[in-house]
Amino acid sequence: MDTVKPKKNPFSLQLDPELFKPASDEEKAQVVTQRESVSFMRDAMRRLVHNRMAMVCLVILVVITLIAIIVPMIYPYTYTQQDVTAKYLRPFQYSAKEQARIAAGQKVFPHIMGTDNLGRDYAIRVIYGTRISLMVGFISALIVVIIGILYGAISGYFGGRVDLIMMRIVDIIYSLPDVLIVILLSVAIKDFISTSKNDLIVRLGAGMISIFIVFGLLYWVGMARQVRGQILSIKEQEYVMASKAAGASAMYIIFKHMIPNCISVIIITAAMQIPSAIFTESFLSFVGMGVSIPMPSLGSLASDARSGLTSYPYMLLFPALTIFLIVLSFNLLGNGLRDAFDPKLRS
Amino acid sequence: MDSKFLIYVVKRFLMAVLTIFLVIAITFFVMHAIPASPFSSEKAKSDAVIAALEAKYGFDKPVSVQFINYLKNILHGDFGLSTKWIGSTVSELIAGGFSYSARLGLGAAALAIVLGVVLGAVAALNRGRMVDKIVQFVTTGLVSMPSFVIATLLLIIFGLKLGWLPTMANQPGGMILPTLSLSLYPMAYITRLERSSMLDVLGQDYIRTARAKGVKNAKVIFKHALKNALGPVVTYAGPMIASILTGSMVVENIFSVPGLGRLFVNSMLRTDYMMIMGVTIFLAVLIVTMNFLADVVYKLLDPRIDLS
Repeated sequence: MDTVKPKKNPFSLQLDPELFKPASDEEKAQVVTQRESVSFMRDAMRRLVHNRMAMVCLVILVVITLIAIIVPMIYPYTYTQQDVTAKYLRPFQYSAKEQARIAAGQKVFPHIMGTDNLGRDYAIRVIYGTRISLMVGFISALIVVIIGILYGAISGYFGGRVDLIMMRIVDIIYSLPDVLIVILLSVAIKDFISTSKNDLIVRLGAGMISIFIVFGLLYWVGMARQVRGQILSIKEQEYVMASKAAGASAMYIIFKHMIPNCISVIIITAAMQIPSAIFTESFLSFVGMGVSIPMPSLGSLASDARSGLTSYPYMLLFPALTIFLIVLSFNLLGNGLRDAFDPKLRS
Repeated sequence: MDSKFLIYVVKRFLMAVLTIFLVIAITFFVMHAIPASPFSSEKAKSDAVIAALEAKYGFDKPVSVQFINYLKNILHGDFGLSTKWIGSTVSELIAGGFSYSARLGLGAAALAIVLGVVLGAVAALNRGRMVDKIVQFVTTGLVSMPSFVIATLLLIIFGLKLGWLPTMANQPGGMILPTLSLSLYPMAYITRLERSSMLDVLGQDYIRTARAKGVKNAKVIFKHALKNALGPVVTYAGPMIASILTGSMVVENIFSVPGLGRLFVNSMLRTDYMMIMGVTIFLAVLIVTMNFLADVVYKLLDPRIDLS
């Protein structure tokens, strides 16, 4: 301590002038490395990655999605290809004709899950059914996200009478029994489709289209309510006021400030929406209102398997287990996302 | 408080009536937007016969007149005539099917509520222990299974492999499996609701106060915790009825119960428009009424809740 200190004076603050010298580059670097700035998204992602259960589910879902996309392209059988000599084969069993071909030295791709009552390869049918389920889940979530965000954001941002009217509409839609409306629409749409010439519509089937329509009409209200609630609290924040004072337009504030700050609510609600869409589709297909024959769906496969339940229980188990695995993974991943994106909610 | 509560009930009631009216309107106009005549699939193809049939069922009048007539008839409990079960009125068919479905549904709901509340409370009281983990594991699995998977698995295991229970509803004891398969999903859901709400309540100050005063553990749990944790379960009553009704369409088909659910599915597959409309409206009234009652009871249980 050989620096010169100012003379002791009862009124002086007795500060050390050394402390007020500019920091050296080394010192500056030290402060920077001490703590990296982490964005909210990265922070949430880090929490998600540390959640082992959620990550396992994510991997399962990615694998199932990849199988559903890729396998139909390279698989030697199609979901419509019938073979009357190969009915009701058990998994990895070959028909007499196929055995003859193997004996002749040809390669025959095994029926991994056996074949059904028309001799169609069961594995590819289950994979196509999975494709339908995943497609319904993702597209429905997309519809819900788009409509729900726009509606909730507008209602929450403008407030007052606009909000009142828009939320009344949401209340009414919310109280409609959704499954009944889905069924009703699929009955009506099925009739339209039977006369339609459009190939895509015919292939998708009445159940699928009515599910998309109903999600577009009814299911977004949950999302809209969540987003509106979030917007209402964000509206009071100072940075919104600052932006407004600087002359930002309503659209700019909604898209630049509000929606990005609602992202956790949006992700959580969307993830929870997917299983319910998959459930609805499989239910409709099971009772015969879903995809049109011969397109398989996990629900219609399970329904068809009931006729041979005593002899071929595995024909039920394959689609049943697939749908269970998909929905379970989505549910657990949804829980993981909620924990990661909304740490306040964690108990 | 009392007048406020009354206003809330009246408001909520008007909302329910509006919802029911909307469902009737949607049902009616969607069914009437279908291009095909309900008789186009009949064997009698001659135009005169179809015209005579349409006149008999009132399909030849303008849609608006038909709608008002339909509304009037519904108020008298008359849903019209079935076009596929010739000679039966829709109301008769609904009443016949509902007697089975009501028994099935009430049994399943009772089982789900009792088991769900008990399991949820037990899990919450043993938080983090083995019991809690098992309950959580099983209920997570159950809410991830569609009703047809639960029902057919139970059918295979208890009906076919073990042979303990009959697989058809008309055999003695035949309602056990359908009731069980219908109750498992809402049971799991209620368990999860009850568990989290119980955990929430157990952390409240008044529980600590009660314990500090030396109130017996059993009394704390039954009188203070359990009662206050029931709120979220009550609000689930409406969605539960909806889920049981949907489930019954599947379960009644699997176990051959001649109930409303099976009737509904059959009338959809046969495109019996009057039946579809009648059953849809009947079920919607049931769901909306349950939602209304659940909200009112919830408000009664916990006056702090601001539902508006």
